[in-house]
Amino acid sequence: MDYVIVLILQILFSVSSLALVCAGLAVIFGMMRVINLAHGEFIMLGGFTTVFATQAGIPIVVSMLVVAPAIVAVIGFVIERLVVRHLYGRMIDTMLATWGLSLLLIGAATMLFGNSVAGISAPFGSFTVGQYRVSVYEMFIVAVTLVLLIGCYLLLRFTRLGLIARGTMQNSEMAASLGISPSKVYSVTFTAGAALSGLAGALLAPLSGVVPTMGKAYVAKAFITVISGGEAILTGLVSASGLLGSVGTLTTFATTPVVGDAALLFAAIILLRFLPNGITGRFFRRSI
Amino acid sequence: MSLKRRTVLKSGAAMIGTLAAPGLITRAQAAGDTIKIANITDVSGGLDIYGQPQVATMQLAVDEINQKGGLLGKQIDLISYDPQSDLQLYTQFATEAATRERVSAVFGGITSASREAIRPLLRRYQTLYFYPTLYEGGACDRNYFCTGTTPAQTIEKLVPHVMDKFNGKKVYVIAADYNYGWISARWVKHYVESHGGEVVADEYFPLDVTEFGPTIKNIQAAKPDLLYTLLVGGNHMSFFRQWAASGLAGSLPMFSTDFGVGNEHIVLSSEESDGMYAAYAYMQELDTPANMAFLERLNSKFGAGAPYINELASAAYYAIYHWAQAVEKAGTADRMPVIETLEANSVVDGPGGKSTIDPATHHCIQDVHIGVVKDNAFDVLKSFDQLAPTDTAEVCDLIANPDDNTHYTITSRDG
Amino acid sequence: MRLTRSSVELTAVALIGLFALFVFPRNVEFYTIISSTIYISLAILALSLALIWGYGGILCFGQAAFFGLGGYAYAVGAWNFDATIYAALLAVVIPTVFAAALGYFMFYGRLNDVYLGVITLTVTLILFKLVNSTGGDAYAIGKARLGGFNGMPGTPFLENPLNGKVLSPEALYGVAVVCLFTCYFLCKAVLASRFGRIVVAIRENETRAELLGYDARPYKLAFFCIGAGIAGISGMIFANSVFVAPTMFDMASTARILIWVIVGGLATLVGPVIGCIALLMITTSLGRSGWIDPNVALGAILIVFVLLVPRGLLPLLNDGLNRALAWLKQERAP
Repeated sequence: MDYVIVLILQILFSVSSLALVCAGLAVIFGMMRVINLAHGEFIMLGGFTTVFATQAGIPIVVSMLVVAPAIVAVIGFVIERLVVRHLYGRMIDTMLATWGLSLLLIGAATMLFGNSVAGISAPFGSFTVGQYRVSVYEMFIVAVTLVLLIGCYLLLRFTRLGLIARGTMQNSEMAASLGISPSKVYSVTFTAGAALSGLAGALLAPLSGVVPTMGKAYVAKAFITVISGGEAILTGLVSASGLLGSVGTLTTFATTPVVGDAALLFAAIILLRFLPNGITGRFFRRSI
Repeated sequence: MSLKRRTVLKSGAAMIGTLAAPGLITRAQAAGDTIKIANITDVSGGLDIYGQPQVATMQLAVDEINQKGGLLGKQIDLISYDPQSDLQLYTQFATEAATRERVSAVFGGITSASREAIRPLLRRYQTLYFYPTLYEGGACDRNYFCTGTTPAQTIEKLVPHVMDKFNGKKVYVIAADYNYGWISARWVKHYVESHGGEVVADEYFPLDVTEFGPTIKNIQAAKPDLLYTLLVGGNHMSFFRQWAASGLAGSLPMFSTDFGVGNEHIVLSSEESDGMYAAYAYMQELDTPANMAFLERLNSKFGAGAPYINELASAAYYAIYHWAQAVEKAGTADRMPVIETLEANSVVDGPGGKSTIDPATHHCIQDVHIGVVKDNAFDVLKSFDQLAPTDTAEVCDLIANPDDNTHYTITSRDG
Repeated sequence: MRLTRSSVELTAVALIGLFALFVFPRNVEFYTIISSTIYISLAILALSLALIWGYGGILCFGQAAFFGLGGYAYAVGAWNFDATIYAALLAVVIPTVFAAALGYFMFYGRLNDVYLGVITLTVTLILFKLVNSTGGDAYAIGKARLGGFNGMPGTPFLENPLNGKVLSPEALYGVAVVCLFTCYFLCKAVLASRFGRIVVAIRENETRAELLGYDARPYKLAFFCIGAGIAGISGMIFANSVFVAPTMFDMASTARILIWVIVGGLATLVGPVIGCIALLMITTSLGRSGWIDPNVALGAILIVFVLLVPRGLLPLLNDGLNRALAWLKQERAP
């Protein structure tokens, strides 16, 4: 019985950390049809920011939830202005440019920070389920992800900003003709996506550690999950990470991490074979 | 007039100098009366954490020898290549070093894959090769010398020590999923069983795994007495973080024969890394006069940028000295005389103790030290004199078969 | 015969081929030959993607999968067969068959654009994970141990099928050059054929091509398989000049192929080959000088190209040449 509870908690954590890692990418892809291959490096920057901020004496929760997203948002804003802005509508080119960006950021982080930056420990301690100990911090991540998703839903569904965002997403030309500047929307979106990625990196830093190449471990999985989700940002994100995260974790428990990862990827392929436009291309089509 | 021409020439040379890459200048200056050697070590890409300290100690060793007047009256010219953790560049640079620069020895390679990419090439081009890294053992080639430890050397002493200390019988093994992890895990099993214990489970993780949640639950379910880790690289450090985040830090004694060579005990917090037992041929914290003097020289050369020195870095330092000593003794930098001199009882007394080349395997008989991590540093507990690479010796005898050129996969005594 | 653009290109390429085969190796140092063999093996890979992406419009993020499969097929074959020539054949057959299976799945599922890219990338990553986790003893095919992360050291080299002797590095260079130029002319021939024209038509407008009565699926599938076979040849030569290891399948390996094609010029065959060799030379020299992190340099090059030279090097050179010619004509005109 204890084992089942622990198993469920583990799946909850895996799914929410997957959703967290994908959120920034999903927002940018869903709104702008831009695949940001520097996504992993935004996560990395979020991680480094948290570590440095915490070491500078800022309370860890503040550096994770405020400082890291803010700093990465600024970086994202600048990058959007300098690079991405010039490539809208050219999907392949943006992918390549952001790939270049990814290399550049990894190289720069290696030169500036190096590989031996001391990490920070996870706060909050642990609790017991029968004979097992479970980290409170992992449950904190589940909670943050949940709040984040609900927040995004409310924002998109009920605010003027959300209306503009959805409008631009559905038909940017129509939105533009109604007096909304798409370039402003894109700029805000990219910045928000960067902030989300920064937040993900910040929250994962105490569990995974920070090195310049840490983004690589996440980007492929995130990429595939977002595409599997399809066009609706939130529903796609939740359904795809729920499905793929559970498949991966259950298989890992039953076999090995390799088979678990392979199963996750394989599930995505099967899914895309039958739903070539992602989950939300077929189901929940009118959702956000 | 002549003065003027000289200034012109000088400024011209300076211009060319600024245009040329820095590496090229040092080479041009060094041409002539020098003995060239090459180091091919990753200082960028995913493996730089291992490579950077190695390059630092090699530079230190070369500087020391050069300051004392060099070798056979010539200065040593160390040409450095950075293969960027890319196998293809290993191949290119090894070929370049051997056939174009005609170096008398090549030092380098970190992963077994990179070693096996260049070892056959250097044999073909008849260029002596030193591999200064701890690895799974088994590479058998007369043209090749390894100055790192192999699993049997360190595991043999570490396993009984920790089992006795905690009176533990049931051991859980987690390892990196490649040859090094698999073979080392087999030796752990061998020594645990021969000490009356039992390996209750072993699990293997590819190097890109960062999520250890399921494993942590599995370990808790298995209730072992001890945990042996053979995890490798930055991603695997997540295990210790997640272990501590689950409130399990200190609940299970851990031991390892590679924890620390990737700076794990510095990068992790003391809460996450305290109490890890490990065994190496070198630890920076060794309190011996030879080591203190070595660290002083290192710090005066690199100052605040001096890297933390682990076994890989010290093995690189030993490698240069083994080679230099043999060149001096042989009176030439030519390959065969140097190999023969190295085979005739080559001993280097370095910062970690004595390192003797075993003529049968071309690996090193070394002193091994057991330590425990405390406050982000090793506390050295015990030292053992002159342990032999018995694992490689099982398969490799270069005295009997000097032409052997095989990379054996050692399957341990139990088969 | 009127001088057409394409006949000029073909003649120029043939001349360069003869030069690379007979003049170049006699006038350079040994290490240059070794490096050139590696560059050429990868140039073949660039060519394979140039064909299917540039002309077939198939954005394949998984060209490294066929490259890696070719390398591994050769290595496994070379360990098991008596004559390595069969292993070389296997290196073409296995990727082609794999591409046929994967392509059937994708093209008959009507996947396009990004989704196709994602599937091919995913397949590559799965292969990487699987091959990477074959470190245990159990993973062996016949006499060949797959070796996991460490790759397959000691794989026998290509032999001369006539006398059974292992090819010298110089001879291997020759084989590589012949393969590159044969593949190039093969691509040209395919594109000039009826089949090739239909594929290009499908790239231009799939719906219109289908309305004209062409079923796009088998055409794309066959084209995709040709690309995979060429990538397999590349992997085979790479296995002989470097080493077979799982990094052949990894994300960096697959991304750099796209980079070569973009830098060299999409929708040309020669451009990507030039892009590939130029970028490899830059990476190598960065490793020699060590004054800047190579990632920074490559990243910057890529961004600059996408922003400023989006069509790639070759079209840029072409334009420059045309402009110069036009200018010359003007000068000469009375």
